[in-house]
Amino acid sequence: MTYRIERRSLLRAGAFGVASFGVTSLFPAWAHSGSPGLKPARTHPPLSGEDIHLTIANTDFTVGGRTGHAVTMNGVLPAPLIRLREGQNVRLHVENTLDEDSSIHWHGLIVPFEMDGVPGISFPGIKPHSTFVYEFPVRQSGTYWYHSHSGLQEQQGHYGPIVIDPADPDPVAYDREHVIVLSDWTFLHPHHLVTKLKAEGGYFNRQKQALFGMMRSGPEESMSASERAMWGQMRMDPTDIADVTSATYTYLINGHGPKENWTGLFRAGERVRLRFINAATMTIFNIRIPGLPMTVVSADGQNVRPVTVDEFQIGNAETYDVIINPMVDQAFTLVAESIDRSGMARATLAPRLGMTAPVPALRPRPTLNMKDMGMGGMEHGGHAGVHSTSHGAAIKAGGDHAMAGMKMRDKSKVPDSVKVGVGVDAIAMMPVDRTGDPGLGLEDVGHTVLTYRDLMALTPNPDGRPPTRTVEVHLTGNMERFMWSFDGEKFSEGVEPIRFERNERARVVLVNDTMMTHPIHLHGHFFEVVNGHTGSYPRKHTVNVLPGGKVSFDLTADAPGDWAFHCHLLLHMHAGMFRVVTVRPLDGDGA
Amino acid sequence: MKYLLPIVLTATTAPALAQHHHKASAHAEPTDAAAQKRAQDPHAGHDMRQRPLSQPTDKHAGHTPTNGAPSAHQGHEPGVPDPPIAGPSATAFSGPIHAADAIFGAQAMAPARDTVRREHGAITSGTILIDQFEAVIGKGQNGYAWNAQAWYGGDIDRLWLKTEGEGRFGESPETAEIQALWSRAINPWFNLQAGVRHDFRPVPHRTYATLGLQGLAPYWFEVDSALFLSNKGDLTARLELEYDQRLTQKLIVQPEVELNLAAQNVPELGIGSGLSTAELGLRLRYHFVPEFAPYVGVKYERAFGDTADFRRVQGDKTSGWNFLIGIRSWL
Repeated sequence: MTYRIERRSLLRAGAFGVASFGVTSLFPAWAHSGSPGLKPARTHPPLSGEDIHLTIANTDFTVGGRTGHAVTMNGVLPAPLIRLREGQNVRLHVENTLDEDSSIHWHGLIVPFEMDGVPGISFPGIKPHSTFVYEFPVRQSGTYWYHSHSGLQEQQGHYGPIVIDPADPDPVAYDREHVIVLSDWTFLHPHHLVTKLKAEGGYFNRQKQALFGMMRSGPEESMSASERAMWGQMRMDPTDIADVTSATYTYLINGHGPKENWTGLFRAGERVRLRFINAATMTIFNIRIPGLPMTVVSADGQNVRPVTVDEFQIGNAETYDVIINPMVDQAFTLVAESIDRSGMARATLAPRLGMTAPVPALRPRPTLNMKDMGMGGMEHGGHAGVHSTSHGAAIKAGGDHAMAGMKMRDKSKVPDSVKVGVGVDAIAMMPVDRTGDPGLGLEDVGHTVLTYRDLMALTPNPDGRPPTRTVEVHLTGNMERFMWSFDGEKFSEGVEPIRFERNERARVVLVNDTMMTHPIHLHGHFFEVVNGHTGSYPRKHTVNVLPGGKVSFDLTADAPGDWAFHCHLLLHMHAGMFRVVTVRPLDGDGA
Repeated sequence: MKYLLPIVLTATTAPALAQHHHKASAHAEPTDAAAQKRAQDPHAGHDMRQRPLSQPTDKHAGHTPTNGAPSAHQGHEPGVPDPPIAGPSATAFSGPIHAADAIFGAQAMAPARDTVRREHGAITSGTILIDQFEAVIGKGQNGYAWNAQAWYGGDIDRLWLKTEGEGRFGESPETAEIQALWSRAINPWFNLQAGVRHDFRPVPHRTYATLGLQGLAPYWFEVDSALFLSNKGDLTARLELEYDQRLTQKLIVQPEVELNLAAQNVPELGIGSGLSTAELGLRLRYHFVPEFAPYVGVKYERAFGDTADFRRVQGDKTSGWNFLIGIRSWL
């Protein structure tokens, strides 16, 4: 089965979309509300085949009754679904009609470095009014996505989904599939976001602690006076969960705001595969479908042993495929709550268009705790003899203990490679492995939430060698000045690359000294997240590192070239949380 | 045991793993055919719900090796222990410095490389803050006052401008100063600021060399402090402290203290040595948007020592209360 783009079928698809649903062509067919799902090539063709054409252009985008400026591909937001087949070759002809440089990075695709699409690292970028042709063999299957790596175009709508069908029979059985592209839209120019954050790090946070709230003592204010004093003493805000919030964002599902209520169809009894892609710029989402458990079958495009949960947190650039099995003829609400719970994207899964289900209220804003501050180790190290039945109590005990001699910026806790300067406002005293934690605010939601420790690769990890060395990378920042970096140095300061010998097996330990969750992405490779399931570690391209926590991954540096390595919160990357990873020797270098 | 668990898991997860050859194209819109197909599927209707594997399968699972020295590795992840921290091998340094140069040419890559460097950390930005722009209402002495600042630059070095002054309605200002400073971040929260200050009022004009420290002190106090050395050799100092107490997200009460000190008397400016004046303010503002917040407030001002004497000689009051109505705004 091959997909071929035929002009006639494209036109027919467009006409079908408009006639059937009365919506504009601002959305690709699969993202139309009332979409019956990903369809055969003849009626709703995704972009498929050996030659694919994409045009980057300035477009208007309308959501919530308001129209703003977007940068799109083929005129739609999200961009068209690119559907490929493992084992094929693909040529992607990308025309840039903008007056500025652009690019496309194929997120999660294993490609030669010169096809990876990061200007200044893998290639020169796509100049204004020119075309660049990407060409590479498709060596994998699963759910991925593509987006600009130039400027802040991703914030303006420059992203779309990729689905690659496996060459062998798919181990996941399903009757129907939907792509769910999550994103965040603002009518502000992205540079304006940066200016605001530089002027006031907490600018978009409208859920801070306040005196009247404290007197009402709602769940968002549950913090003792001494704890408040401690946070104040550190000049840290325990409510700083997301840098950019619903104060400016409309959260989108397949380009639809909550009011537009994107609806995906199913028939009772079907197994429906939902391919979640977090294409958001600055938003980590909590995903749930009240009334429907979700069986996670794939993470970052890689199959995992099925695990059923009620909710999961998805960091920027991560993808999760889940199977749902609605047995009744009723609608379900798909809730994608922003991590700070200032807002949500909402969609409906229903047997028929027009059906809806109740939309749950936003839950209380989470509050950072001692563990998020990097004192998680207090549970173990500082209180070896204490075995509290309550997780929280142990942390609190540790916290009180720590407050006496607290040094929140103790340089002795980091290797010399970390430059502890203006850009580092905190150092985690005792960072702990948090792969067993479900994500901020999800510790106590009363149902099952996915953690990284729940993930096991479906097939054994390809490289069984133990890692031979550890590379420690600290995630550092200054919340007040909105500075973000690795090891205390912004990329703009001319930092050394992180170097690997080709095919070496190394362990990378990411230590989060900040109080925010960072989704860290390495280009060109899958790495194995060290989560206790030796030999069956989940293979990922992007991993969330919880505040005050750490994540280790084992990497086989098998992709020669230069690769970007960065936080996928776009504005953190833009602020400096970015490195080049080199893998040498290249082909033909000998050795 | 280590191998048994995966097998059990695989068995229990069979429904979703059912090896049934799926092609995306094989399933069109909801049709009865799809339902029939499902009915034939032996796994259809299986409850796929199962416990997540929250426990590691590794035999070291749950182990928490603790060593004496505090390190980033305390509270260890389970699994294969970390190998030693080590730098890259010599081979990792082989080959070209920039891989893409060989393909696209160094000339094409150089400008792009410069751009990617600048776009990942070298942000220049700026802001203008009108902290106080207010009517000062006292006993028969209604007037106005302002206090504003602006900066432009990167994370570390910035050009910083400040201005403040006051006067009576219908008259030119009694005091008006402007400062132009180079500001350099010296730690995560504080900036060292050096430059000049020029006072257009009062007369005689003065120009000062300025050295100050501005930033955020523990417990969220905004601090602005500076030493001023005039072109006549007089040394004075100013310390301002502000604190924003949120009552709600939009209603904020801001206490403020300003102290002015002098190393000597400056009679022509009415300044006495020691603590010359102190001001206590309390402003209650409402954020219609963060950038626009009208406020009402009160302030109490008092002159001390020789400064008070100078004022008495002039027939001015040495202390007094005022009501304030103003606007705080920034962009």
